[in-house]
Amino acid sequence: MKQSRSVQEYLQLVERLAPKSDMGKGLVRAFWVGGLICVLGQAITDLAMALGMDRQSAGTVCSIALVFASALATGLGVYDQLGKYAGAGSIVPITGFANSVVAPAMEFKREGYVMGVGAKMFSLAGPVLVYGIGSSVIVGLIYFFLGR
Amino acid sequence: MWMYVKAFLVGGALCMIGEALLLRTQLTSSRILVGYVTAGVLLGALGVYAPIVEFAGAGATVPLTGFGYSLAKGAIEAVHEQGWLGAFTGGTASCAGGIAAAILFGYLASVIFTPRTKK
Repeated sequence: MKQSRSVQEYLQLVERLAPKSDMGKGLVRAFWVGGLICVLGQAITDLAMALGMDRQSAGTVCSIALVFASALATGLGVYDQLGKYAGAGSIVPITGFANSVVAPAMEFKREGYVMGVGAKMFSLAGPVLVYGIGSSVIVGLIYFFLGR
Repeated sequence: MWMYVKAFLVGGALCMIGEALLLRTQLTSSRILVGYVTAGVLLGALGVYAPIVEFAGAGATVPLTGFGYSLAKGAIEAVHEQGWLGAFTGGTASCAGGIAAAILFGYLASVIFTPRTKK
C-alpha cells in the first residue's frame, strides 16, 4: 500500500518536473529550420547548375557542401545547439546524417584513431547505410527479375 | 523564387513529420532516420517520390527520404545499363559523394576539434 502511494507520488513529481514538451512549438521549430536547410540546399544546387553542371552532379555537390557545413558546425559545437532547438528539423535533413557521423567520430577520439574514430564513426549512421543500401539492392534485383 | 518556397514547404513538412514521430512515439532519432531512408527507397522504387522531387527540388532531396530515393533510382538505372550487376553498384554509386564527404569531413573534424565538455 505504502509503496504504491510512493509510486504515485513519484509519477506526480515527474509530471511536475519534466519539461513541458509543447507539441505545437516543436513542430513549428522543426518545420522552419528543416525547411530553411532545404532552401540552402536548393540555392547550392542552383548555383552548381548555373556553373554548368548537370542536375545529377549539382545534387552531389549540394550533398557534399551540406555535409561539409554540418561537419564544421558540429565541430564548433553549433549543430548541437541547433539540435536542441529544432529537434527533427536538424535530424531529418542530410546535415543530420552528417552530424550523426561527425559527433561520434569526435567523441571517441580518445579511444584512438582506429578503434575510436574509425570504428565509432558509423555507430549511428551505419544502420542508415545498412537499410538504405540493402533495400536499394533488393529493389534493383526485383526490378531486374520483373523484366526491367 | 517559387522553387524556394516549394523547397521550404515540402522540406519543412518532412521534418515536421519526423518531429511529430519523435514527440508522439517511442522511436529514437536513429530509428527515424532508418525509417526515412527505407521509406525513400520504397517510394522511389514505386515511382511515388520522383514527382515530389520534380515539384520541390532540394525540399525532397535534402531530407533523408531523398537519400533513399537516390539509392533506389541509382540501382534501377544501373540495372537498365548493366543488368543484375547494376543492382549492386547503382545505389551506392549514386550516393557515393555524400557518404565519402561524411567520412572525410567527419575524420578531419575529429582530428581538428575536441568535443566540449557537457555543462
